[in-house]
Amino acid sequence: MIGVLARLAQDTGDGILVPAEPIQAGVTQIATPEIQWVALLPHLILVVGGILLLTIASLFRHRVPRWAYTIYTVAVAAGAIIAALPLWVRVQDAERGPFSAIAGALGVDGFSIFITVIICAGVILTALLADGYLKREGIDGPELFVLLLLAASGGTIMASANDLIVLFLGLEILSISVYVMAAMHARRFTSLEAGMKYFILGAFSSAFFLYGIALVYGASGSTNMIRINQYLASPTGVVLSENGLLLGGFALLLVGFGFKVAAVPFHAWAPDVYQGAPTPVTAFMASAVKAGGFAAMLRVFVLTFGTFSGDWQPVVFALAVLSLLVGSVLAIVQTNVKRMLAYSSIAHAGFILVGVEVATEQGTAAALFYLAAYTFMVVGSFAVITVVGRKGDGHHELSDYRGLARRQPVLAFVFTILLLAQAGVPFTAGFFAKFYVISAAVDAENYSLAIIAMVSAVIAAFLYLRIMISMYMSTDSEAVTGEPDRVPVPLAAGIALFVACVVTVVIGFVPGPITDLANDAVPFLVQVG
Amino acid sequence: MEELVWLIPTLPLAGFLLLVAFGRRMGEPAAGWLASAMMAGSFAATVVVFAGLFNEPESHRIFTQSLFTWIAVDGFEVSVGLLADPLSITMALFVTGVGALIHLYSIGYMHGDKDFSKFFIYMNLFAFSMLVLVLADNLLLTFVGWEGVGTCSYLLISFWFTDEQNAVAGKKAFVTNRLGDVGFMLGTFVLWTTIGSINYLDIDAAVSAELIAGVTATAIALLFFIAATGKSAQIPLFVWLPDAMAGPTPVSALIHAATMVAAGVFLLVRMSPVLHEAAWANDVIAWVGVITAFVAATIAVAQNDIKKVLAFSTISQLGYMFLAIGTGAYAAAMFHMVTHAFFKALLFLGAGSVIHGMDDRQDMRVMGGLSKFMPLTTITFLVGWLAIAGVPPFSGFWSKDEILASAWAFDSGGAALWVIGLVTALITAFYMSRQVIMVFYGRPHWRDETARTPAPASLSAAAENPGGDGEAELDVDGLARLPADYQPHESPWQMTVPLVFLSLLAVVGGVLNLPFLEELALLENWLEPVTLPHEAGSGAELWALASAATAIALIGIGSATVIYQRRRVSRELVERRLFSKGWYVDIFYSWFTGHPGRRFFDAIRWFDEKVIDGAANGVAGLVRRSGTALRSLQTGYVRNYALGVAFGTVLLLVYFITRIQV
Amino acid sequence: MNGGVDAAYLVLGAVLFAIGAAGLLVRRNLLVMFMCVELMLNAVNVTFVAFASALGDIGGQVAVFFVLVVAASEVVVGLALIVAIMRRKPGATADDISLMKG
Repeated sequence: MIGVLARLAQDTGDGILVPAEPIQAGVTQIATPEIQWVALLPHLILVVGGILLLTIASLFRHRVPRWAYTIYTVAVAAGAIIAALPLWVRVQDAERGPFSAIAGALGVDGFSIFITVIICAGVILTALLADGYLKREGIDGPELFVLLLLAASGGTIMASANDLIVLFLGLEILSISVYVMAAMHARRFTSLEAGMKYFILGAFSSAFFLYGIALVYGASGSTNMIRINQYLASPTGVVLSENGLLLGGFALLLVGFGFKVAAVPFHAWAPDVYQGAPTPVTAFMASAVKAGGFAAMLRVFVLTFGTFSGDWQPVVFALAVLSLLVGSVLAIVQTNVKRMLAYSSIAHAGFILVGVEVATEQGTAAALFYLAAYTFMVVGSFAVITVVGRKGDGHHELSDYRGLARRQPVLAFVFTILLLAQAGVPFTAGFFAKFYVISAAVDAENYSLAIIAMVSAVIAAFLYLRIMISMYMSTDSEAVTGEPDRVPVPLAAGIALFVACVVTVVIGFVPGPITDLANDAVPFLVQVG
Repeated sequence: MEELVWLIPTLPLAGFLLLVAFGRRMGEPAAGWLASAMMAGSFAATVVVFAGLFNEPESHRIFTQSLFTWIAVDGFEVSVGLLADPLSITMALFVTGVGALIHLYSIGYMHGDKDFSKFFIYMNLFAFSMLVLVLADNLLLTFVGWEGVGTCSYLLISFWFTDEQNAVAGKKAFVTNRLGDVGFMLGTFVLWTTIGSINYLDIDAAVSAELIAGVTATAIALLFFIAATGKSAQIPLFVWLPDAMAGPTPVSALIHAATMVAAGVFLLVRMSPVLHEAAWANDVIAWVGVITAFVAATIAVAQNDIKKVLAFSTISQLGYMFLAIGTGAYAAAMFHMVTHAFFKALLFLGAGSVIHGMDDRQDMRVMGGLSKFMPLTTITFLVGWLAIAGVPPFSGFWSKDEILASAWAFDSGGAALWVIGLVTALITAFYMSRQVIMVFYGRPHWRDETARTPAPASLSAAAENPGGDGEAELDVDGLARLPADYQPHESPWQMTVPLVFLSLLAVVGGVLNLPFLEELALLENWLEPVTLPHEAGSGAELWALASAATAIALIGIGSATVIYQRRRVSRELVERRLFSKGWYVDIFYSWFTGHPGRRFFDAIRWFDEKVIDGAANGVAGLVRRSGTALRSLQTGYVRNYALGVAFGTVLLLVYFITRIQV
Repeated sequence: MNGGVDAAYLVLGAVLFAIGAAGLLVRRNLLVMFMCVELMLNAVNVTFVAFASALGDIGGQVAVFFVLVVAASEVVVGLALIVAIMRRKPGATADDISLMKG
């Protein structure tokens, strides 16, 4: 540790603005870092947008029509995307490149912008979905939208965080918002139960995560990822295997990430919470929350701890394999469609973990592509579940889908496409998502993982097939119980479904643009520039 | 002008998408008109591309258009690109041309069906897939089209499917085609590993540079031939095609006569540079082709279902095309494919018109004398009959003659091939004449008391159930219920106009490739950049062969006339004996091909049920059991979940602690 | 290795953390479970401060303030959730919220 301190003391003038000077007794000068507002704009738009909505809606509660919330939320998220575009251009510019803002607390690179856009897309789709849902369930007020925007800001901060403490703040902003969102449908006890379970377990795992940060801080002398990386990479630095603190930090950070992305064995919350939460919130959790979690995981492990990938890769390997198999296997034995997709999202997390495990640029790009494709597939799928859930959000059994193809062929067709995409059938986005991840594993000569991933894809295919069959099979029992009514599809939800479905199919035919973007969105650890 | 090639598949795709979105709202007949208009537009685009290509000098008649990169992983890049060359444009011309006519015909045929717009959705999707298959510039994209047409074919066969029996038929088609697909995939894979590309132009270049060894070429040729036997219904994979006749008749005409089943022939012509290097694979192709032609023709003699006759006839004619390919006469194969598309589509549509007029009866034994009721259908059907029978100067004569001539000139066993081919031509003329006589001439048999008794079970014709006709629905005895004073009616103009067009084409189709002078062999010259030139004997020899073929055709027609006309005159003695002889052939060949074939499928089913399903069920059971076991861990108690998190944390910590080396 | 830091503080932090974690696992009262989480977070704070003083780095001490803020927000949400649940099921323990399972 003394060696570390000695080195840090020499480390001052190489462009890092984080004050590294040891505290002197007496006068302490705190340098005010320069703040690049442009870099913060996407986050600020989301945060300020959320707070503004809360304020306005509180002041003029009864004068604001419900649909205005939706449009406002969509506009704010779209604004954040638009604010991110000039940043993308700047980052991709060969001369200027990625940079970090606020004294290295936030990194602005293609990676963070890509994830920001994914999360905002998730917000837009979820908001569209929530519009009709709130009306149907008679839940008043703008709270869901406010929380949606705040949670999104947490996710984008997670994706951009260049400092473990900032990362933790982003994670908590995201998580706490989502705890409340999960419990939003307070008249349904399952919703409360979902919120409570998520909260207890989330806080529990956050504590582990935080402890991990503390250990890494203790071992490396900084919470800033650039400096941690430099410390690990420096030739005079410790050999990792001698450093118990750092290794313990790895373990605990992985627990936190594993929980957030619902990787087995930290997955137990996911099915219950996904099932109990209001379905649009479930869609948000499966898409944006997962994207934020994986973004942070990629940045911390693949990038910051990349030099010691040999030490953490076996653990991520185990997490990936367990998630793939347990997720697929448990999904099959369910009868509740919402719960099925919850388990299947665990299997999907396993696939993305494959991209993390290979710890190459190709793997990162594959994981990013997967996240982008999965966002649309999963929000679309949960959109169908939202609609079919009917008033009370309770009709999620497989039997509720029986004969759907006959009653509402278009809805059933759209769901079929989305399920096929989740299964990874060619000409859907899901095929290329799985394809890229597996080929990244193959290129990294990690054949066993590639094979397990493919096997689990086959197992999971049964699950999607099961849902499809029940939609297209009509049974005699229906004639006895009487024809259920058609479920109404609200306009906004219809738009969300349409967008999700079209994007899923278009990416399936023309994956090139997204692939290029994902390849350009390489994460960087950059010093203040 | 070649730049417009992307429009050719795009228009049917646009039609498909529009119909998916608005089809139900457009309803009948607007949806049909939209689909037909898209096909017509596609045809127009093809003509434009054709004209553009035609104006180029012969060596420049290749145009590739790369649309976008589809899959790009290191070292393996597949682009979605279109290849317009004489071969693909020829295919596209008749696919879109015949397709447009059949779409138009379908508007009349599908009148009143409750799934009217759905039918056209499938039809446009089919046309799109077929055009992708034809215009693709690499094997993978062709395979996409290959699977696409297969899928559409199943969808359309099952269009009226309501009962278990038809589902079995669909399964049969599925299994046989999958077997063929294995050949396609393996062939593609072998090519890829050999020359590192699956692009057609690269394949041609590799063959010119002699990068493919003879043995490899033979293997590739055989693998693609397996693929072709599946799609083009050749021995031993032909059994699915007759069953596919359960679909609506325009589907039979478009998919199971003119276009999709020709895909196998197209594929082999496309691979002709490789085939040229493949030594004995060509003999296999020629012999399988000619035997299929012969076997299918003999089966056709014994069929009573108007569409089944045409189905076996299609198999037989496709056999001729394979014979041509095997003997190296690729242009002749294409020529016969084009003329066959004309006259077989014509015959199928004519049959559809008859079925329509007969209120959805398909059994020829209750027909007869329809020439009085359906004059236009009769005349056009007669044209198709003369064309397929090989009577000069109808188109079928020229193309079949060319194939026989090339068989005659084939090095190994050419004479034997020629004799079998000639005998097949005789049988062809015979069974087609039999059909014409049974359907259009003689007495109207639906007025006979004998025909009005309950029909035997073999008359599966009534299984076809066009929507809207509640009375005939799934009623095997429906045949007999046709009132004795029933008056068959001529079909609406949407149906007869395509018949007239196609009959004109069937008459003059022969001018595409006349044998007299080198300059007159238009199709062969046009295709020459793609297919290798082929010499087939000298002038005098050709005349002799042509005369023999003509004589054979006339003998076939004559004998059928004598037998079947006399059968009507001299009643039961001759009729029964010859009839049973017909059945004898059918039984013999259904034993010869169908029975071992069925046993083969039984074996496959056994294998499927016991081994595959057993393994699958075993795995599924394992998955389910482990799922159930794991489920019990998901107790619902938040404290247990927390315990799980803590347990995982401890495991991770333990792992990392073991990594510490002090 | 830990030359700059008094191991006693780290052990204290670890023990507090373990007590918190164990408490969450064994107690059924929702409120007590919350308090256990708070204990865990504060154990981390102790660790942070110990490292910060050893490293002579102010960053670790600043982190403590952030953690305190986060802990406070968690309490707000957690208590609100408890209230909502108690209104539906008075006297509910952690084991009573187990409608969903399997």
